[in-house]
Amino acid sequence: MRLVAKLKSLQRDWVSWVPTLWLGVFFLIPFLVVLKISLSQATIAMPPYLPLFDWVESALEIRLDFGNYLFLIDDPLYGAAYLESVRIAFVSTVITLLIGYPMAYMIATAREPRRTLLLLLVILPFWTSFLLRVYAWIAILKTNGLLNGLLMSLGLISEPLVFLQTDLAVYIGIAYTYLPFMVLPLYASLSKLDRTLLEASEDLGATPWISFVTVTLPLTIPGVIAGSLLVFVPAIGEFVIPALLGGNDTLMIGKVLWNEFFANRDWPIASAVAIIMLFVIVGPLMWLNRINSKTEEATS
Amino acid sequence: MNRFLVLLLSVVAGSASAQGVVNVYNWSDYIAEDTIAKFEAETGIKVNYDVFDTNELLEAKLLAGSSGYDVVVPTGNFLERQIQAGVFRQLDKSKLPNLANMDPDIMRIVEQHDPSNAHSVVYMWGTTGFAYNTKAIQERMPDAPVSSWAMIFDPDVVSKFADCGVAILESPTDIIASAKHYLGLDPASESSDDLKQAEELLMGVRKHIRYFHPSQYINDLANGDICLAVGYSGDLLQSRDRAADAKNGIEIEYVIPEEGGVVWFDLMAIPADAPNAEEAHQFINFIMDAQISADITNYVFYANANAASTELVNPEVTSDPGIYPGDDVKAGLFALKAFSPRYDRIMNRTWTRIKTGQ
Repeated sequence: MRLVAKLKSLQRDWVSWVPTLWLGVFFLIPFLVVLKISLSQATIAMPPYLPLFDWVESALEIRLDFGNYLFLIDDPLYGAAYLESVRIAFVSTVITLLIGYPMAYMIATAREPRRTLLLLLVILPFWTSFLLRVYAWIAILKTNGLLNGLLMSLGLISEPLVFLQTDLAVYIGIAYTYLPFMVLPLYASLSKLDRTLLEASEDLGATPWISFVTVTLPLTIPGVIAGSLLVFVPAIGEFVIPALLGGNDTLMIGKVLWNEFFANRDWPIASAVAIIMLFVIVGPLMWLNRINSKTEEATS
Repeated sequence: MNRFLVLLLSVVAGSASAQGVVNVYNWSDYIAEDTIAKFEAETGIKVNYDVFDTNELLEAKLLAGSSGYDVVVPTGNFLERQIQAGVFRQLDKSKLPNLANMDPDIMRIVEQHDPSNAHSVVYMWGTTGFAYNTKAIQERMPDAPVSSWAMIFDPDVVSKFADCGVAILESPTDIIASAKHYLGLDPASESSDDLKQAEELLMGVRKHIRYFHPSQYINDLANGDICLAVGYSGDLLQSRDRAADAKNGIEIEYVIPEEGGVVWFDLMAIPADAPNAEEAHQFINFIMDAQISADITNYVFYANANAASTELVNPEVTSDPGIYPGDDVKAGLFALKAFSPRYDRIMNRTWTRIKTGQ
């Protein structure tokens, strides 16, 4: 009996070890490497930074340079880029939510086999390359592109409008790319919704709109939060979409990081930017996590 | 089982044999269609050919070390700094008999990047100028100063073309140097005062520029999405020919401005940790063959530095002043040097401010 219990606990331990090991190898170690570089100094060499640890006459010498972090505070560029990234990510997330919620609602209330088909359609764009799909938006939004052609042939405008290289194009690009990440968690939480609650609300005289606001929406908040996080977090660090669709003045932290790493060859500053970015993302994450656990407490 | 083992061993032996491979990392759209096949047929060496589109990307891979590449093609001012960082090995010139084909004048000019040409050989060279859509410019400004940098740097001129789209090459080194040169300042100086003046000049035209990009302008100019672009000579000439091929009524003209402009050299070099240095020498020597160099120039519209190949290049290429400029234009060209890391940072910061206003 005892042996079985022991084996079982060993099995349980093993299960918890896998994610720990995964996080250690793919998150903690790279994080420590980046942290190390962020405390070093740039130089012309291979690799282009000075070593942190040095043996000087059999003594270990450690040189930590916090100047890189001070530099980020000193120049308003970095703060502005962080704020701008958060702003663009936030607006894009709201747009994605506004499009994604009705979509998820429609899919969740559809009958089989329509429902499976609709779900499949949401995932279908993943079958072509992400880069190709963003390029397709260039063809749609450019001056002589499809959208301007359509608007002009409808007589709505007489001169082509500039869509490409604007913030609007970046919002469209992010909302389009990340939509499935919003729809799927929303669908999961909408399809779990207990229909009898809606019937009860109707019996008590609520209009469909009141029922939605007081019953459906609060019960699907976990889905809203999960979907929003899956869009918001990667959107902050997004590099490709603003590079292809955004304008010169679209200043996002991904671009600043690229500049530090490639144009300035300053790996220590680039690493410091990355470390700070991590904290900028972790902040809202913790906050949303707290709201999430509160609503879960309230509903259970 | 036995047969399988033999097969496996022969595969392993095959890939590691002296015949071997050479891993080449070059710019995109920068070689003739048949060059690789000819090299493989002649030497039996397999070529793994990979491409990049910015010097920065290449440099990041080289500085990280163990890139696995045997031949890379950075631009002179980047190569200069990479040599300082110890990225490259010295060439064994006894293995490069075709060096005799190279133009001694050009090889002397690139010594400012690589003293005594110890690490590198010129692949192609070109200029940074601008190209325009003749009809669109004519319509908007019949007396436009089409052979002067004023087209880009004079706000009164460039503002007239803002509606049809103006693009500038995403390369702070090229553009800031051109701006300084236009102002009569020394492009090589690290003076912050000079930089400030160049910044003010660019800030003055900034709102008329639609975008800054390393290569997007090639297609956009050919399609008529923009009408004026600063860029690399070969790219803009490609754009001109694409428009001509498409017969869409768009005519593009490339200009090396009369005030003079940036000339750059892309150089072949072998990383110090290249796994196949022997094959790399063979590849570089093969490229320096007169016929091979001529084939590449005919295809990519960039001039080579191979004196022996000039008579083999199509006359329409050698007579194109945008590719092989005349002596009077040549006199106004200047090469960029590598700046100190401190100045690079200030310059890139200025560039960000120009682009974003931050």
